[in-house]
Amino acid sequence: LHRNKSLLVFINKFGLLYIKNLTGGQDMTASSAPEKNNFVIVLAGEAGQGVQAIVTLLTKAFKQEGFYVFAAHEFMSRVRGGSNSSLLRIGAQPVCAWTGRNDLCFVFDDKAANHLKNRIYPDTFVLGDGLKGTVEQHFIDVPLARMAKEAGGTILINMIVAGIIWGILGGRKEIIEDVVRSFFSGKTAEIIDNNLTAVRSGIAAGAELKRSGQTPLSLAPPGAQRQDLHLTGTEAFTMGAIAGGCNFVSAYPMSPASGVYTALAKHGRNFGIIVEQAEDEISAANMVIGAWYAGARALTTTSGGGFALMTEALSLAGVTETPMVILLAQRPAPATGLATRTEQGDLNLALYGGHGEFPRILLAPGNPEQVFAHAQNAFYLADTYQVPVIVLTDQYLMDSSCDVANLAVPDTSPATTVVKTAADYQRYAFTETAISPRGVPGLGEGLVAFDSHEHDEDGHISEDLDMRLKMVEKRSRKLQLIAENAMPPDWIGPEDAGNLIICWGSTLEIAREAVAGLDLKNIAIMHFQQVFPLHEETRKRLRKVSSFILLEGNPAGQFGGLLKQYWGIDWKHRILKCNGLQFSVEEVQTALRKIVEQEVKK
Amino acid sequence: MNQTCFDSKDTDISWCPGCGNFSILKAIKQTLVELELSPNKVVMVSGIGQAAKLPHYISTNFFNGLHGRALPPATAIKAANPNLTVVVTSGDGDMYGEGGNHFIHTIRRNPDITSLIHNNMVYGLTKGQSSPTSLKGFQTPDHLQGVTNEPLNPLALAISLNASFVARCFAGDIPQTSAIIKKAIQHKGYSIVDIFQPCVTFNQVNTFRWFKENTYYLESDHDTKNRVAAFQRALETDRLPLGIFFEEAGRPTFEENTGVYKNGLTPLYEHKVEREKLRALIEQYRT
Repeated sequence: LHRNKSLLVFINKFGLLYIKNLTGGQDMTASSAPEKNNFVIVLAGEAGQGVQAIVTLLTKAFKQEGFYVFAAHEFMSRVRGGSNSSLLRIGAQPVCAWTGRNDLCFVFDDKAANHLKNRIYPDTFVLGDGLKGTVEQHFIDVPLARMAKEAGGTILINMIVAGIIWGILGGRKEIIEDVVRSFFSGKTAEIIDNNLTAVRSGIAAGAELKRSGQTPLSLAPPGAQRQDLHLTGTEAFTMGAIAGGCNFVSAYPMSPASGVYTALAKHGRNFGIIVEQAEDEISAANMVIGAWYAGARALTTTSGGGFALMTEALSLAGVTETPMVILLAQRPAPATGLATRTEQGDLNLALYGGHGEFPRILLAPGNPEQVFAHAQNAFYLADTYQVPVIVLTDQYLMDSSCDVANLAVPDTSPATTVVKTAADYQRYAFTETAISPRGVPGLGEGLVAFDSHEHDEDGHISEDLDMRLKMVEKRSRKLQLIAENAMPPDWIGPEDAGNLIICWGSTLEIAREAVAGLDLKNIAIMHFQQVFPLHEETRKRLRKVSSFILLEGNPAGQFGGLLKQYWGIDWKHRILKCNGLQFSVEEVQTALRKIVEQEVKK
Repeated sequence: MNQTCFDSKDTDISWCPGCGNFSILKAIKQTLVELELSPNKVVMVSGIGQAAKLPHYISTNFFNGLHGRALPPATAIKAANPNLTVVVTSGDGDMYGEGGNHFIHTIRRNPDITSLIHNNMVYGLTKGQSSPTSLKGFQTPDHLQGVTNEPLNPLALAISLNASFVARCFAGDIPQTSAIIKKAIQHKGYSIVDIFQPCVTFNQVNTFRWFKENTYYLESDHDTKNRVAAFQRALETDRLPLGIFFEEAGRPTFEENTGVYKNGLTPLYEHKVEREKLRALIEQYRT
C-alpha cells in the first residue's frame, strides 16, 4: 500500500485526513464558511424521526425559491434508533457533491450531536432541544417537543424543524405551505392542518432567531423557480432501465441496490415488466440469463456479497454469449462489511469475478444523469455484443439526489439484435465480427441452443480441441471489438495539463468541485464512465502528463492497479478513502493542496 | 418407435449402454410427438450431470446451463415467452442436491413448466458418489461404510409444499412413463415427475430388477385430488408407489401472476417501451 516517494493520502476512521510522508500541523479538517446563497444544512437523529421528510419538503421548497439542491444521507444499518444524518446543500450554482461543510445543523438528541462531532465547526449554528454536554459552541436551545405538542403531537417535531430552517433563512411562507399541502395530499384535513400549524410555528421561531441576531444567516434567492428534475441515482437508474427496454427483473434484496428493484416492482405492472424476488442471487442471475435467452431484456440488482454469488452465472453468460445486465451498487466489504455505507471496493470483483476468461463491460456513471444514460446503455451494449454488462454504482450515488435539467427518452423503442431464425440456424456461427446472430426460441424455424460447456457452432458439447481454440478466439475477438468502441473518459480541465487526477464512478462531481474551488493551473481531471475495457486511444493523451493523481474510494486503489497493469501508469499520488463515507470536496482539496506543495518543493 | 421430428442427427451419445436415460429419452420423444408439438416451440432445460446431457440428444431448442441451476432459467424462459413448452430434464443430484433451494421455490412459484428428474440414487458423471436420494447403507466411494443420511423424499417434499402436480414413474416402463409425462406437460402449472432410473455402472443395488420388485402402481381409485392421501402414499418406503400422486388444476401460474399477459401471450421480445408513460413518470421528478 505504501510506496516510497509517493504520497498517499488516506482518510482515517474519524473521517479526518491523514497524510502519509508529510509533516506539519496544518488544520486538515474542513472549514465551514457560509456564503449568502450557498448553504449546507445537516440534520441528525435516530432512524424513524422523520428527517427524510424534512429533506424532501425543503428540497421542493428551495427549488421553488430558485436554488439548486443536493441531498445525501449517511445512516446505520437499523430500522429504528441509532444515529443517522442527512445533508442538504443549496446553491445558486449546480451542487452535486458531498461536503464536510455545516452551516446550520439540527441535532435531535445528544447521541446525534456526538455522532456529528467531527462535522460541527466553530461557525456552525447548532440547534436542538435541551441538549447538554456535547454541543457547546453556537448551540441554540429550541423547545421543539413543546412546540410540536402544541401543534398537535410530538410526531410533528420534524415539521417544526423544517419551519425553523425556513424561518431562519427567510423563505417565502406560501411556498413551504404549498409544499406541505402537496406532501400530505390524500391525508385527512386534520393531519394537513396539524402539519401546517407545526410548520408555521417553526417559521415564527426561526424568524425570531433571525431577528434577534442569533442566527445571522439569510437566503438570497438566485432567480426564478428551478424547473429541473431532482432525483437520486436509484431513481435515475430505474427510469434508465425502463428506457433501455428492461422488461424482466429478478433480484434478491440487498442494500444499496434494493431501491431500484422495489421501484421497478412499483412501476412494473404499468410498464409490462416482470419483477420477481428470487430465492437467492444465484437464482436471480440464472433467471436473468434464461430471460435473455428467451428474448427478454433482463436485469438483476445487487451489491458485492450478492454479486459474489452471481459470479458462476456471470461465467455462464460469458461462455454462452448471452446478454446480461447487472447493477452492482457497492458498499464496504469484505463479507457483510458496512451494509448501509459507501465504497468503490468491488471493481476487482466485477472485473475478475467468474471462472475462465470471457468478455465483459464495466460501466461507472458519475452522477444521476450519467446513471440514467448508462442504465440504458447497459442494455444496448449487452444486446449488441452478447456479453454481461455490469453497472458499478455505490450507496452514495444511489441514495443522494441532485438536479438534472432533463432525462430524454429516445423517440423510438430500443432496437434489438434478435433475429428470426432459419431452419439451419447455428447459435454460435462464426462470423467476421465474431458476433453470431442472436435467435430466440419460437421465433423462426431454427432451434436455439445454449450450452455451458465448450461447444461447436451448433451449440452442442464439443471436446474437439481445435474447436475450443476457435471459440476462445471468437470470445476474445469480441472483447477487442468492444474495446475499439469503448467510451473514452471525460477530460475536465486544460487540454495540456501536466497534472492529472484520475477517477471513476461516483467521485466525479466531488473531484470537479474540489478542483474548481482551488484555483490551480496545470491540473485536469480524467473521469472514466467505462472502466473496462479501456478506451485504448486515450493512452496517447497521457504522454504529456508528468504527475498522475489517483482518486478512488477503496483501500488499495483498485482502478489504479488496473491502469498500472494495462497502461503502465506509475502513480505519484494516491488519494484513497475507505471509512464508509464518500470523499468530501474539502478532503479532496486538502489532499490536492498537499500534493501541490510537494510538487513545488521538488 | 419410428423416426420422429425430435431425433437428433449424428449424435454421439455419452451414456453407458443400457443406461435408463435412453428409455427416458425415448419416452420424452414419444410424448412430444403425441402432443403434436413443433421442435421450435419446445425448450429442453437442464443443469449438469449425465441426465442433463439429454437436451443435446433431442432436436428442440435447449438450455444446458449450470449444475443445479436448471429451474430459475426454465421459469424465466416460460415467463419471457409463455407460448413455449418448457421441460426441465435433469438428475437427482442436479435437482435435489445442488439445486434443492430452487426446487423448493419453483414449487412456490408454480410456473407452467415440467420437471423430469432422472432419479438413479447415485452420481454418475462424477463416478459413483452418493446422491441426496441414495438409500441408507448404500456404499459409495465417498460413503465407504454406507450412506448414513436420511434419503430425500422428493414427492413428500413437493406435496408438503403444495406442488400442483406430483408423479413418479419407472424408466423401465416406457409406455406408462410417457403417459405420465404427457399428463405432466398438459398440466397447467409446475409438474414434477420423479423417474426411477437404473444406473448400470455405479448402482448395483437399485437395479432394473430391484425397481421392478420394489415398485407398484397406485390403484386406479387413488384420489389424486386428496393432498393428505397423496402425502401418505409418498411416505411409503417398503414398496414404492408409481403414478400420479397429486394434481390440482386451475391454480394460477407464475406467468399469469406477473400480470404482463393479461391481454394476450405476446412474448417479451415483441414488447415496446411505454415511452409516453416513462416521460410522464420522469416529469413527476420535476418540482
